[in-house]
Amino acid sequence: MIVADAFFYLFATVCVGAGLMVISARNPVHAVLFLILAFVNSAGLFILLGAEFLALILIVVYVGAVAVLFLFVVMMLDVDFAELRAGFIAYLPVGALIGIVLLIELILVLGAWVITPEVAAHVTTPTPPPAEVSNTQALGQVLYTKYVYFFEAAGIVLLIAMIGAIVLTLHHKEGVKRQNIADQVARRPEDAIEVRHVEPGQGL
Amino acid sequence: MAEFFWAYVWPVLVIAAHSVLLLVVLLVLIAFLLLADRKIWAAVQLRRGPNVVGPFGLLQSFADLLKFVLKEPVIPAGANKGVFLLAPLVSAVLALSAWAVIPVSPGWAVANINVGILYVFAISSLEVYGVIMGGWASNSKYPFLGALRSAAQMVSYEVSIGFVIITVLLCVGSLNLTDIVLAQQGSLGMFNWFWLPLFPLFIIFFVSALAETNRPPFDLPEAESELVAGFMVEYSSTPYLLFMLGEYVAIVLMCALTTILFLGGWLPPFDIAPFNWLPGVFWFVFKVVFVFFMFAMVKAIVPRYRYDQLMRLGWKVFLPLSLFMIVAVASVLHFFDLAP
Repeated sequence: MIVADAFFYLFATVCVGAGLMVISARNPVHAVLFLILAFVNSAGLFILLGAEFLALILIVVYVGAVAVLFLFVVMMLDVDFAELRAGFIAYLPVGALIGIVLLIELILVLGAWVITPEVAAHVTTPTPPPAEVSNTQALGQVLYTKYVYFFEAAGIVLLIAMIGAIVLTLHHKEGVKRQNIADQVARRPEDAIEVRHVEPGQGL
Repeated sequence: MAEFFWAYVWPVLVIAAHSVLLLVVLLVLIAFLLLADRKIWAAVQLRRGPNVVGPFGLLQSFADLLKFVLKEPVIPAGANKGVFLLAPLVSAVLALSAWAVIPVSPGWAVANINVGILYVFAISSLEVYGVIMGGWASNSKYPFLGALRSAAQMVSYEVSIGFVIITVLLCVGSLNLTDIVLAQQGSLGMFNWFWLPLFPLFIIFFVSALAETNRPPFDLPEAESELVAGFMVEYSSTPYLLFMLGEYVAIVLMCALTTILFLGGWLPPFDIAPFNWLPGVFWFVFKVVFVFFMFAMVKAIVPRYRYDQLMRLGWKVFLPLSLFMIVAVASVLHFFDLAP
């Protein structure tokens, strides 16, 4: 157990440290890189909890895709630091308020769990013992049977968001020449080439 | 204290020994595969290829290694030094770490974990960071353009690779790489492997693997004719060597993954006398080298794609096709009651 504890403190410390660096790093690209470090360390914490599926999905989705796009955007942005610093004081009260509300909610949720351990007994689908079912299987059994409608609803929400993003950014400009692959493939030499027999020295 | 040693220290030592063995074999194999790559490419173009160092140029890769290590690493004045040096390390370390779960023969994996395929997928999705960080930290036009191209390219092709992997997993019913190989065992030998029933997916996976590892014809992040050398322009000496190493390790990893998912891993092509005398590791390496030969031939034969064509292929051809295949395979498995 000592080794597991040591690893917990390692991951947790690096994770919190990286989180602090995300908001204090002066260079936005460094901030995103620290965010990635925080993600990877939370994946480590998931593995310590025995949730290896969640850990790897976290890495695939957040580090492998979301953070790449983040980095993409941040690298392209021309960030003016003086302007950013100027707004700091103005936004501080709102930010602090949201932070405090979140903190209180987290304490309430986790506090209930610790103070009244019987909360775990009221859960509608209790976690199966990890020795019997691997957690990929356990998640699949819950997600695709009992909560299948919620799962589908989440999928539809994401689909609508995706369609919305496409509708917002798709502009069809008139008069722009576009490549039409089907036309290009359907084109035959007979349509495009005319063979002329030219006498030498005569020209066309 | 003795208890602590046997419970924690000893397993770590054993794993370290396994890893070192795997690393040495893998790197020596890659040194010769790199030579084979150049030789095959040369043969297609009716050249001789490297033939000076050692008999038939066999020691060329080792000479290159020495050359790279002994040169002076140049760091551009405007570069972001920390990230600049971190990028090649990330690239090489991530590529090597994915090998920890690859089973070369029954039980021959450093870690035989339950979510093996997901681990490999996660690591290969992280490999893009080496390229992006290198391109950004160089603080120069061409590397930056290369990095942007590679970010878009790798994210696009990861999607179809993910769908292909999901379809294979539907036929297996497990995320463990050893189980995936064992699921392909059967009386028909090589016709039981997934390349035949899932043939379209085999092709999609092969082409996506080329794109994911920035191999020609999809080597746009380092297209010589447009971007000089893409994200590697500012790199020299050992950092450059690490980038090259990471790239080739990732390529061989993709070959190994193709072997495991579609070509039956370590299984012999037919389970009869002359074939099953040879150990599983022979068949595994044989298949990996065969897939690598295909990679090399593609590099030699196919011209480079244009960037918009690459994106079109990824999003408009492979994505709908692999999505359709998931639905089709899942329906067949369900209605014919074949699901594991």
